[in-house]
Amino acid sequence: MKNFQVAIIGGGVIGSAIAWELSKYKVDVVVFEMGSDVASGASKANSGVIHSGINSPTDSLKARFCVEGNSMFQTLADTLGFQFKWVGKWIIAKNQHEEKELNRLQNVGIANNVPYLKVIDGSEVEKKEPNVSCYKALWVPTAGIIFPYEFTIALAENAAENNVKFLLETKVIGLKKQRNNFEILTDKGNFQAQIVVNAAGLNCREIVSMVEEPDFQVYPCRGEYLILDKNYSSLINSMIYPVPVKELGVLGVHITPTIEGNILIGPSAEFIGDAEDKRTTKEMMSTLFKEAKEIIPALPKKAVISAYSGIRCKLASEKSGGWADYRIEESKHTTGLINLLGIESPGLTAAPAIAREVMKMISKHMELQKKNNFKLKKGRIKRFSEMPLKEQSDLVKNDERWGRIVCRCEQITEAEVINALSNPLGARSLSAVKYRCRAGMGRCQGGFCTQHIVRIMEEQFNIGIDDMKLKSPKSYLFEKRTREVKDD
Amino acid sequence: MISKSVDVAVIGGGPAGLAAAVSAKQHGAKHVVIIDRNSWLGGILPQCIHDGFGVEETGVSLTGPEYAEKYVEMAEKQDIQVLKETMVLQFDKSKEIIAVNKKGLYKIKAGAIVLAMGCREKTRWNVLIPGSRPSGIYTAGVAQSFINLYNIMPGKNVIILGSGDVGLIMARRLKFEGANVLGVVEILPYASGLPRNVVQCLNDYDIPLFLNHTITCIDGKERIEQVTIAQVDEHMHPIAGTEKQISCDTLLLSLGLTPENELSKNVGIEIDSVTGGPIVNQMLETTLDGVFACGNCLQVYDTVDMLSLDAKRAGEHATEKASLQKRKQKSNIRIIPGDGVRYVVPQLVDKSGMIPLTFRVEKPKENTILRVLAGDEELLRKKMRWVNPANMVRIEVDISAETIASAETLKVIIDDC
Ligand SMILES: Cc1cc2nc3c(=O)[nH]c(=O)nc-3n(C[C@H](O)[C@H](O)[C@H](O)COP(=O)(O)OP(=O)(O)OC[C@H]3O[C@@H](n4cnc5c(N)ncnc54)[C@H](O)[C@@H]3O)c2cc1C
Ligand SMILES: Cc1cc2nc3c(=O)[nH]c(=O)nc-3n(C[C@H](O)[C@H](O)[C@H](O)COP(=O)(O)OP(=O)(O)OC[C@H]3O[C@@H](n4cnc5c(N)ncnc54)[C@H](O)[C@@H]3O)c2cc1C
Repeated sequence: MKNFQVAIIGGGVIGSAIAWELSKYKVDVVVFEMGSDVASGASKANSGVIHSGINSPTDSLKARFCVEGNSMFQTLADTLGFQFKWVGKWIIAKNQHEEKELNRLQNVGIANNVPYLKVIDGSEVEKKEPNVSCYKALWVPTAGIIFPYEFTIALAENAAENNVKFLLETKVIGLKKQRNNFEILTDKGNFQAQIVVNAAGLNCREIVSMVEEPDFQVYPCRGEYLILDKNYSSLINSMIYPVPVKELGVLGVHITPTIEGNILIGPSAEFIGDAEDKRTTKEMMSTLFKEAKEIIPALPKKAVISAYSGIRCKLASEKSGGWADYRIEESKHTTGLINLLGIESPGLTAAPAIAREVMKMISKHMELQKKNNFKLKKGRIKRFSEMPLKEQSDLVKNDERWGRIVCRCEQITEAEVINALSNPLGARSLSAVKYRCRAGMGRCQGGFCTQHIVRIMEEQFNIGIDDMKLKSPKSYLFEKRTREVKDD
Repeated sequence: MISKSVDVAVIGGGPAGLAAAVSAKQHGAKHVVIIDRNSWLGGILPQCIHDGFGVEETGVSLTGPEYAEKYVEMAEKQDIQVLKETMVLQFDKSKEIIAVNKKGLYKIKAGAIVLAMGCREKTRWNVLIPGSRPSGIYTAGVAQSFINLYNIMPGKNVIILGSGDVGLIMARRLKFEGANVLGVVEILPYASGLPRNVVQCLNDYDIPLFLNHTITCIDGKERIEQVTIAQVDEHMHPIAGTEKQISCDTLLLSLGLTPENELSKNVGIEIDSVTGGPIVNQMLETTLDGVFACGNCLQVYDTVDMLSLDAKRAGEHATEKASLQKRKQKSNIRIIPGDGVRYVVPQLVDKSGMIPLTFRVEKPKENTILRVLAGDEELLRKKMRWVNPANMVRIEVDISAETIASAETLKVIIDDC
């Protein structure tokens, strides 16, 4: 049994942001994550938008943490070294009727302290976005894009480098409150902690119910996306949103550029029974395409190269309108249990601000003393493919592993794959490599690089063929080795 | 940076690149280099351990590695420089290639370039199969390399989507390794691989072939657990009520190949939207002066024999070009696919003579007439008892100087008798 001061359940963006804040202090922290890597849940599969804060009612926690989080992102990106772009967004109105909604949003935005909002004529919008036609649009410059997994991984890895313990593939299966401590039961043994932070996303209710009767329900709501090929990146320059749909408390199908040039279409909104049902469906694929085509008529069908889905953790049912505010609170019945409930959109944006709020709650239980040896990351490391020839040439001269290209589509080198596999979290799946260095993300979807990554995993990390996984504990890649390789 | 200057640089050391390089040397090129990112020569062939290669060319049925070995030996005898484990990152209009290997970055100035990068397989997302995203889904060629080159079995209970040759061959290969091959699912009313492979790889092993069927959903939370297959109508839409679930732990995709042309696209070479390869003239020269294309990056061939034949021509013309200066700017005649024809390579011609044409038909047909027309004038007429999209057709047409001077387009059509 191992003792910690703070135990965080869930290595999504919320758990990782809290871990990172805590890693600046002299506290013993553990993060339990049942997936094979951080960002295994909603934090991997979303729109990756850093929202401005115009969409949530004034005085809601959603509005407050969103605006606060938004203002922190530039500094976070510069120090943690993840990619971030203020691309801005247009909310487009097709007619006078929808224009009213733009005015309403603008007013909410102003009340929420969102700066530089402007309603602009369709003809002006067309100059900036030649493929979009509309009557009027609201321009929101303080909206940006990130790769959500890159952000989560950066937070978690920097926390781990500062001694937060991440236990991957470790599922919390029981929780008991003792006098001053919690006993935490996991499928990898038992642990103790003074404070438990419940950042389990869709499983937040399950965690609460281990110690008390929850006073809320979780309503999973699936959002599907389509991804477009990079060849079509010039279709839009900024994000394009319709005016929000009235129902379900979601923003509607929008079109979002990504940092690498792919475009996202989605998400849909569909309440589902099984919170783990991350399917994409044929029906939704065609609906998404149809709705996107209404915004960008020039969208070609063959541009679609992939699809995925993410599941929202909603506290309000479809019947009751789907909107509920976040609950960020210490349990009234179980002292020391800090619950983060219903952290749906804009949770990615809000994460850094929520983490600070949670720090305040923890500081009520223990004295938080700053570490003087906290190691902050120093910006982003350039990829081989982004370097000028001279720099590439020098790298190869010093270390031949930079001269072996492993992923042909994204031109990722063996050195980069080895760095990815050497991550401080100990994440060793194929996806862990992909999300850290982009090997396998290109057009051939791993057709060329999988064999090379498998070889590196086996030869340099001693991972057995039967232990290799795609992304989760049981997502095995292979059946077995057919015969032993002989040296001849 | 390591600088080099060569007459002919061949990108890709598969059968196409090897044949082109050997031929360049035979036609007098002094300094020829082959650049390949693999640690071996032969491209895809070393993983194709079944036989059936080189039957037309040599009269004997060789395995992939045997066939490759033949060309590798020739290349070695010819004093061709080979850069292995070397990736070409880019080349520009002045034919300067940037490549990298463990020794460093290379700048290679070439008199002419031959593109022989081969092809890649289509993935699940080229056909957008809905469902979850579990492990256990491989393209057939990737599975083939795991089994044949790395001794790794991808799975036990296998479904194969697509009846391309690689898929058919893998069905049999998996069976040999003790897997249960539950069936091959094909959306078309006929197999898309060669008929001989249907017989030798499926029928001989009682592996079911579901024609007019497709996979409509993939299920499995971590590893793939089942697929749903359904029958399709004549528009290839699944027919409601015909869905059937099949449990499996592995799905192989054999959905066809796409020529590998990122390098060509980046430098601005025009690509044929049907073949996916560069647009070329009768010399297999692309729209970029001095850059030639051959092998599967030009168009996907059925057999390596025909591929080598064309690749040799690319090597020969590249050599001529390397010793000449600028292309005489002549207007090109376009060769276009007419009724019943999907595509024709080359797409352009600017010189008279016996010109080899390769093409594929739209659908299988019997008792047809192949015609090559220049306006109203018929340049060639040939009875063909049987045509099939899986079998590429190769013909030679005599194009006169007058035709070159007067015609604007040539058309290849398949008519009923
Ligand atoms: C479709 C969609 C689009 C979105 N778009 C945006 C957007 O554009 N901008 C934005 O700001 N926000 C967006 N969001 C919201 C944002 O993604 C979420 O708010 C955020 O990711 C929530 O993070 P989390 O850490 O709470 O949850 P998760 O990322 O789900 O993390 C919870 C983690 O806990 C782990 N876990 C659960 N139970 C246990 C257990 N018993 N033991 C151990 N580990 C456990 C899970 O494996 C998981 O990794 C979107 C959400 C969705 C679904
Ligand atoms: C599974 C399978 C089964 C087959 N079965 C038969 C058969 O039974 N009979 C038959 O006749 N034919 C068969 N074929 C067809 C034949 O093998 C192929 O047509 C032939 O290998 C293609 O030759 P290629 O040189 O064009 O391409 P490849 O063999 O693919 O070679 C291309 C080479 O280029 C290299 N390359 C690409 N890009 C770069 C770059 N940027 N830098 C450096 N190097 C690069 C690649 O690594 C590769 O080595 C089969 C093909 C496959 C895939």
